[in-house]
Amino acid sequence: MPINIDSALGIHADALALRSRRAEVLANNLANADTPRYKARDFDFKSALAQAQGQSPINSVRLVTTQSGHIAANAGASRIDAELQYRIPSQPSLDGNTVDTQIEQAEFTQNAIQYQTSLTFLSGKIRGLLTAIRGD
Amino acid sequence: MSLFNIFDIAGSSLSAQSLRLNTTASNMANADTVSSTPQQAYRARQPVFAAVMNALGGDQQEADVAVKVLGIVESRAPVRSQYEPNNPLADARGYVYTSNVNPIEEMANMISASRSYQSNLEVINTSKQLMLRTLAMGQ
Repeated sequence: MPINIDSALGIHADALALRSRRAEVLANNLANADTPRYKARDFDFKSALAQAQGQSPINSVRLVTTQSGHIAANAGASRIDAELQYRIPSQPSLDGNTVDTQIEQAEFTQNAIQYQTSLTFLSGKIRGLLTAIRGD
Repeated sequence: MSLFNIFDIAGSSLSAQSLRLNTTASNMANADTVSSTPQQAYRARQPVFAAVMNALGGDQQEADVAVKVLGIVESRAPVRSQYEPNNPLADARGYVYTSNVNPIEEMANMISASRSYQSNLEVINTSKQLMLRTLAMGQ
């Protein structure tokens, strides 16, 4: 049985890529905490991960191609393609900025820990594969 | 890899916030300067921030949003005139014109800028740790 590295690593490779993408989006929000009219953004991790795994995203409507001439609506989209959404502000400020620094910081920290979790799982899988390869 | 972008994004914010601290320092330093005409009087300066969309491949959805300083505006608050006939800078009627800096506003601004700077620095530190751990993956 040939070993497929992709399937051996499982969900964690996609999760890691999405976690780093989310860290970037949250860093965007924190960087623009004082920019007038900036709207905080984030994405739904669950549906983004489902999409990266090749399943249809939860609660989403996609265009269906019914004829051979149709071009898929998300043609050329990368595998890690999370749909960004705007955060609903709890306390919008007068200058039109919707970033809540505390919330974003908490989310960023949580995301960093989850990134490390994925990394630990991935490291474990790789170590397991290496043990299998070396056979000692 | 997108973790690299965080350094650019948070770095742009660090430089914007340090410019804000810079204008605050300049405002506070000049809070008590006087001049002989209202035109020459020091006016409080504030940077104007704007978001810059660095679209990757023209895709607005996936854009990184760095901070850019659009420019520095001077406060339009009226300058105060003070009667100080012994001041060498006083005009013919014995008045000098002080700056329109509001020290309380400046202090609040300084705290806000330093907090933002701190949180962005924290983002950079965390990203650095994550990257170093990623490099050590599987070891």
